[in-house]
Amino acid sequence: MSVPRAPQPPVSADALPTEAASASAAPAASDPLVTSPAPSLAPAIAPPPPPRTGWRVLPARIGALCIVELQKIRHDRSEIYTRAVQPVLWLAVFGETFTRIRAIPTGNVPYLDYLAPGIIAQSAMFIAIFYGIMIIWERDAGVLTKLLVTPTPRAALITGKAFASGTKALIQAIVVLIFAAILGVGMTANPLKILGVAVLVVLGSAFFSCLSMSIAGIVLTRDRLMGIGQAITMPLFFSSNALYPTSVMPGWLQPISKINPLSYEVDGLRGLLIGTAAHLPLDFAVLVVASVLSIWAASALLPRLAK
Amino acid sequence: MSEPAIACTNLVYAFGSTKAVDGIEFDVEPGSVYGLLGPNGAGKTTAIRAITTLLPVPPGMVTVFGHDVAKRRMEVRRLLGYVPQQLSADSGLTGRENIAMFARLFDVPRRQRDERVTAALDSVGLLDAADRLAKTYSGGMVRRLELAQALVSSPRLLILDEPTIGLDPIARASVWQRIGEVRDATGMTVFVTTHYMDEADQFCDRISLMHRGTIRATGSPQELKASLPAGAGTLEDVFRHYTGDNLDEPTSGEFRNVRATRSTAARVR
Repeated sequence: MSVPRAPQPPVSADALPTEAASASAAPAASDPLVTSPAPSLAPAIAPPPPPRTGWRVLPARIGALCIVELQKIRHDRSEIYTRAVQPVLWLAVFGETFTRIRAIPTGNVPYLDYLAPGIIAQSAMFIAIFYGIMIIWERDAGVLTKLLVTPTPRAALITGKAFASGTKALIQAIVVLIFAAILGVGMTANPLKILGVAVLVVLGSAFFSCLSMSIAGIVLTRDRLMGIGQAITMPLFFSSNALYPTSVMPGWLQPISKINPLSYEVDGLRGLLIGTAAHLPLDFAVLVVASVLSIWAASALLPRLAK
Repeated sequence: MSEPAIACTNLVYAFGSTKAVDGIEFDVEPGSVYGLLGPNGAGKTTAIRAITTLLPVPPGMVTVFGHDVAKRRMEVRRLLGYVPQQLSADSGLTGRENIAMFARLFDVPRRQRDERVTAALDSVGLLDAADRLAKTYSGGMVRRLELAQALVSSPRLLILDEPTIGLDPIARASVWQRIGEVRDATGMTVFVTTHYMDEADQFCDRISLMHRGTIRATGSPQELKASLPAGAGTLEDVFRHYTGDNLDEPTSGEFRNVRATRSTAARVR
């Protein structure tokens, strides 16, 4: 059905509402109820789509929400560039300096090489840990409420966000890897190992973003979450093996490092990328279990945000 | 009357010690436009949240086309198109992507998707702006986009929470016009809250006047106006008669509610 429409004026910052402008462009502006021609109502007349059922619902919804997140990343890439500044500084300033001092015992691996996987994990975590703020923002904007009224399992909404955080982390990881290569860090070129790196980065991001969204479901406001996010990121970072081996940590810190999923992510990344001794099966297992648990926790807490 | 589109039976919901909704009862006839009218803080949004499965209400209080919202959440959600009070289109996506997302979430088959999304855009007059980011839209355009998002799944029940809040009179009329056209073309049931008495008078088949969590009167606009002792008057007069209050006196202007309303109003301007 072809329907003539009132032209849409270009968007401008002026105070005139576009709606008013488009309505007054129609012939009888004095009576706005009969101005615009009957629009096409095809979607509303079409019968409702047949619903997916059973096990196919969850993967279909996760897929749909992942597409949405990719579209958003494509529309706004500025974040990718600004996010790259910090890890680059860590490598170029901190890494280069400590390589010279030789203060940290890293065996026969140069400190910069030792540090690079740690920075990949750290920068991914820094993105992920503020995902809860995004979900609270979406709640305040009404976006979340509307999604919660669609036939979408909560776990799919959370997994979609976790996927987005993983995708951003992957882009970030590529930036860090390229920069590390420029600085002369010797890394693997084995495609299988690189694939393993990608999986670890995505799993790590999924865990930390879901941790953040779980906290969002508990504290419910942006300000409180911001405070908690600030309070936990540095301890998570420093209590991991990202900057130094667990063996040089004080005795009380070592057990904390052992329960910190970031340590397992770094251990796995380091083993795959630069070939240090790693516990790969354990690293993957810990991250898979942590991700699944955190997706479950965040999904269970999500409805609290909609009340 | 066949199975009601919405049936509320003694619906009660409390936030802490405040009873936001205190025992409301009503049936919405399929195919009608039903208005829930009242000032800010009357409990309208809480009632909508109960109907849309967002609040954990006990079984037996609310059914949508016979499905209990406490027990058959997914079935109920499939039947609903919902436009919340806030401007809820995703500003980081284009208009087309916003609608395509809802087409996917409601299982519109891939080969029909483009066609239905385009038709939905067309039905609200947004085809030309379809590929611009929603953040560049005016408030009235965002409202129409949201209507299209809700319509792309051909819902049997369209629920609109203050659809015209903050819009100028012409945009308000345009939103109502779309709603009326959709109802006429599809026989869809429309459930709407508003605090604009003139809109309810003009566009609703049946109205419940809500005040401080309870329903004070229900009927068609004509019946309500005729029920006044003087036998005539506006819906404002009807509201004053049944509640003893003026409509524009917010009874529970909670800080968060007021802030949300104001920010919505600011964004649509």
